[in-house]
Amino acid sequence: MKEFIYAGGYGLYLWSAFAVTAVLMVGEVVVERRLFKKVLARLKRIKRMEQA
Amino acid sequence: MIRVFYAVLLRDVTLAMRYRTDVLTALFFFLIVVSLFPLAIGAEKATLRLIAPGVIWVAALLASLLALERLFADDYADGSLEQMLLIPQPLVIIVLAKISAHWLLTGLPLTLIAPLIGLQYHLLPNEQWTMMLALVLGTPVLSLIGAIGAALTLGLRGGGVLVALLILPLYIPVLVYGAGAVAKAMAGVADISAYFELLGAFLILALVLSPWATAAALKVSSE
Amino acid sequence: MNLNWFTYSAPINFYPLAGRMITPFALLAVLLIGIGLYWGFFQTPDILSEQKQYYRIIFPHVAAAWMSMWLYIVMVGWALLGLVFNTRLSFMMAAATAPTGALFTFIALVTGAVWGKTSWGTWWDWDPRLTSELILLFLYAGYMALQSAIEDTRRSDRASAILAIVGLVCVPVIFWSINCPDPNQCASLHQQSSLEHVESNILIAMLLTALGFWMYSFAVIFMRVRRIILERERQTSWVAELPEVGGGL
Repeated sequence: MKEFIYAGGYGLYLWSAFAVTAVLMVGEVVVERRLFKKVLARLKRIKRMEQA
Repeated sequence: MIRVFYAVLLRDVTLAMRYRTDVLTALFFFLIVVSLFPLAIGAEKATLRLIAPGVIWVAALLASLLALERLFADDYADGSLEQMLLIPQPLVIIVLAKISAHWLLTGLPLTLIAPLIGLQYHLLPNEQWTMMLALVLGTPVLSLIGAIGAALTLGLRGGGVLVALLILPLYIPVLVYGAGAVAKAMAGVADISAYFELLGAFLILALVLSPWATAAALKVSSE
Repeated sequence: MNLNWFTYSAPINFYPLAGRMITPFALLAVLLIGIGLYWGFFQTPDILSEQKQYYRIIFPHVAAAWMSMWLYIVMVGWALLGLVFNTRLSFMMAAATAPTGALFTFIALVTGAVWGKTSWGTWWDWDPRLTSELILLFLYAGYMALQSAIEDTRRSDRASAILAIVGLVCVPVIFWSINCPDPNQCASLHQQSSLEHVESNILIAMLLTALGFWMYSFAVIFMRVRRIILERERQTSWVAELPEVGGGL
């Protein structure tokens, strides 16, 4: 297992490359969800104001 | 059609000559940028000869880019562009004429002044000729491609920098082969005709495709 | 039959459809990326010596690079459809595709730099393929910058569509000039071997990971286009009636 992570001395490079990829891709999903919810919240607020 | 071309060409040149400073500003920008490099990097002859093709071409790109604003902005502001879109004459011809005028006032002067810079960078006479030929083939392409960018960004805030972001990547082939031709000539390579064939091909392609794209962009920007 | 195609080109119909498609594509993405990486790590023989284990960076690197180029083409495709058929949704799809394409370009550059550091010893050396990816990033950036610089939606859609199409036409020339700066001898080769020379298990892992990235792209782009639809169509009654907006009251 340790050999797997160590990867012949290049473990740091290998895994940080994977980490950056994963963080960015997951991050994109997270950001999109948050933006979507923000838009929904704004639309809800506008609708409430119109009905008042 | 030819009459329309010459009419618009003459109009643009005449108008520009009334504001001669605009034309000269672009030229001086070219000269200033080129003078910055020896100050920044050092004036050693070998170094200057090494960086000359790249520096001259990048400065020409930037000067060409700066001058693009003049292409449509004035006509857009005073409503004459709208008229050009409405008249029955083909927009493509009008656009081609405007771009030609732009080149006569920017690219051509750059090309003619380049030998002075060649002297500053210690270019030999045959290298100067190579450089001028490359510029005379390349600067029209810069005007043609740049026109598309200018048309897309008509009237926008931050127009100048935005046009640069849009257009500079598209300038890369001209840059690579234009500077490459001069660099090869300076390295003593005898047969650099391939470079000029490529530059010529770019010119023909741009002449055919760009006015069309620019016209489409103008219509989009003017709605 | 024409009716079927254009039914879903109306945002009101596409919104729920896109919503239903997110989860399946997300699951496919996780599945394919998982299998692809498993394959890449455990099914490939250690044909390279212990020292060269870092080569496994190519799985995300190549997948991201392929997606960055493919998504640009997809984006231009949507832009063309929008210009030809005058459908708002096509432009919305183009706008939704760009950020993901730019993200993959960035990932390709970062993983490429790490790959360069491990195999050639330097973070960046203007290798033609990586330089081309950098230019692609600029093209994406230009597209997104132009879109956000124009306030009027109709003009910004069409202008960025024209820009994207011009970009696509120029891309082969740009990439070719970067790869072949000396027309007398097109010698420069990317350090990686071309696909024919790649060992089949590695190739399978690359393809699976790329496919997984593609499924991921579908999911994220559908998410994003739903948001864009809501933003652009906010004045319509169907948006006001949506349950998630508290409609039907």
